[in-house]
Amino acid sequence: MIGARNVKPSTDGKRKTRNDMILAAVLLLVAAASFLLWHFSRAEGESVTVKVGGTETAVYPLSEDREVEIIGGEDNEYRNVVVIRDGKVSVSEANCPDGICVKTRSASRAGESIVCLPHKLVIEVTGEKSEPGLDMTA
Amino acid sequence: MKNSKITRVAQLGLFTAVALILSYVESLLPPIWAAVPGIKVGLPNIIIILILYKAGFKAAAAVSLIRVSIVALLFGSVMTLAYSLAGAILSLTLMALCKRFDLFSTVGVSIVGGVSHNLGQILVAIGLFESVQIGYYMIVLAFTGTVAGIFIGLAGSLLLKRLEKFRF
Ligand SMILES: [Zn+2]
Repeated sequence: MIGARNVKPSTDGKRKTRNDMILAAVLLLVAAASFLLWHFSRAEGESVTVKVGGTETAVYPLSEDREVEIIGGEDNEYRNVVVIRDGKVSVSEANCPDGICVKTRSASRAGESIVCLPHKLVIEVTGEKSEPGLDMTA
Repeated sequence: MKNSKITRVAQLGLFTAVALILSYVESLLPPIWAAVPGIKVGLPNIIIILILYKAGFKAAAAVSLIRVSIVALLFGSVMTLAYSLAGAILSLTLMALCKRFDLFSTVGVSIVGGVSHNLGQILVAIGLFESVQIGYYMIVLAFTGTVAGIFIGLAGSLLLKRLEKFRF
């Protein structure tokens, strides 16, 4: 052992292992608490907001089925196809390198989102109604 | 003296290559949970921890930054570079602080590294997309980062034991 310490190695190791366990327990508890809080405070979604590079570009009601092609990028080279069906939104096609947005499961509740990082695209389900005249089941 | 410097550079280069291979292996693994992008086991962190303990902060920072840059160059874009750099810098800084204050074993240091790597990425994503909703991912990533961090830390301590006689 180089760099002798005042504390015996075994005692020191035990202290660190104890600290490790406290750290892991605290993190898991905080995550579990936040997860429950988030989950139960979330309402059914009403509309789908499309944001490109942080700017809101379109809002669609979640209740109407549709398919929208979103073209972005400087030379219109980014392509994502957003599908709204049965109150759920998903990305069915994309030409991004990672394809994560296509693999992301469909979103239906307020606060859920689908992100396409390479295309700076965020599809967010919100609890706000996009069309006030359209009243679904109360 | 000069020779040892060359040896050191060569060794760090070698470990950078190993970290790159681990990044590649990780990119081949199926996503742990497709609903939340970005969940990774953090395999390259084994190497970063090894270098942090063996050769110090500067060497670990060099290897980490080079790895992130090359990965972004090979598999990503400038955007993903910003995203990964934020994760790498935050993760390395916090790991170095934990090591310095001698708070945790490699397991704790690795948990801190894994979770903060995700935190850095999420913060950049929130800034880029101006969407706080992405913070939801952080909850899931805190879980997976902790669990993965434990295993990565155990692997790191095993590797440190095996390489006890190895000196940079
Ligand atoms: Zn995508």
